[in-house]
Amino acid sequence: MVNKPTSDMSLTANGLRDWLIQRFSAIILAIYFLVIVIFLLIHSPINFITLKNLFAHLWMQVFSIITLLCLIFHAWVGIWTVITDYIKPVFLRIFIQLLIILSLFIYFFWGIEVLWRLI
Amino acid sequence: MRFSIYRYNPEADKKPYMKDYEVDIPSDSDMMVLEALLKIKEKDETLAFRASCREGVCGSDGMNINGLNRLACTTAISSLKPPIVIRPLVNMPVIRDLVVDFTLFFKQYERVQPYLQNNDETPQTERLQSPQERAKIDGLIDCILCACCTSFCPSSWWNPEKFIGPAGLLWAYRFIQDSRDTATDERLANLEDPFSVFRCRTIMNCTVVCPKNLNPSAAIAGIRRKMAEKGS
Repeated sequence: MVNKPTSDMSLTANGLRDWLIQRFSAIILAIYFLVIVIFLLIHSPINFITLKNLFAHLWMQVFSIITLLCLIFHAWVGIWTVITDYIKPVFLRIFIQLLIILSLFIYFFWGIEVLWRLI
Repeated sequence: MRFSIYRYNPEADKKPYMKDYEVDIPSDSDMMVLEALLKIKEKDETLAFRASCREGVCGSDGMNINGLNRLACTTAISSLKPPIVIRPLVNMPVIRDLVVDFTLFFKQYERVQPYLQNNDETPQTERLQSPQERAKIDGLIDCILCACCTSFCPSSWWNPEKFIGPAGLLWAYRFIQDSRDTATDERLANLEDPFSVFRCRTIMNCTVVCPKNLNPSAAIAGIRRKMAEKGS
């Protein structure tokens, strides 16, 4: 009865890999938000020019894109977990999961576009 | 003292209900909950529950007492706030009153192949372990399979079929850690999917309720560490 479980839409279909990706991406996310918070505290009150200057640095753009990718992987694993806990009907689950994956992709390209325009 | 006990006989009752019983317990008594249940059964023999050894070894009388899964035979009444509310183990199919169906629990136990596997030639005498090797399975060989942990684990509530549950995983780690077992790689490979081990969200209810004070959470963390070391 207890077959090898199906892991249809998890990020990598491998428990260890999903788990490690979620943990490593959490570290990157924490560092990024720490950098942002420290920057905001140092440059308070913040204005558009200071913020634009921060994102004008190449390292900040690369760091932001890496963080955005981490956010997407992190959310993919996390939301997949919550959805497989609570939404049992298969079609509804896959539909919601698809919506979320789609919005994650949109956020990613949107994020790149925002960074691009700042350059 | 008042006891409020979950009653359900599927042959007679449409729905489960709570029934109150009064038991005389002297204030300085060191009586365990199981003894009170036996006293209640003397008055109302329709009450069904499992019990055997009366000393926390057989694991038969796991039940939910005042909100926590525990063994009735090792839970002192003096440690509880009255009224004492007794329900069957959480999220397990009720057969009758406090007796629950362990079928799925034992299927999950079976999945981790809870027996020693060794392909080496059988030695003339026993397979020796150094004291250090033996120490690695301390706290892993003491599980009595009472199901208090698995029945109290939210991950097991949401995915009872796919997630093995803390009890089964403690047993899995027991054989992964055993120096005499040679099937470690196969054991780890069997647990790689996103559900069997990794559905654990480290809620740690298992460790809170274990009547033997074992730590299934640590065992699950150990399995993950072993997998990461193996680089699978």
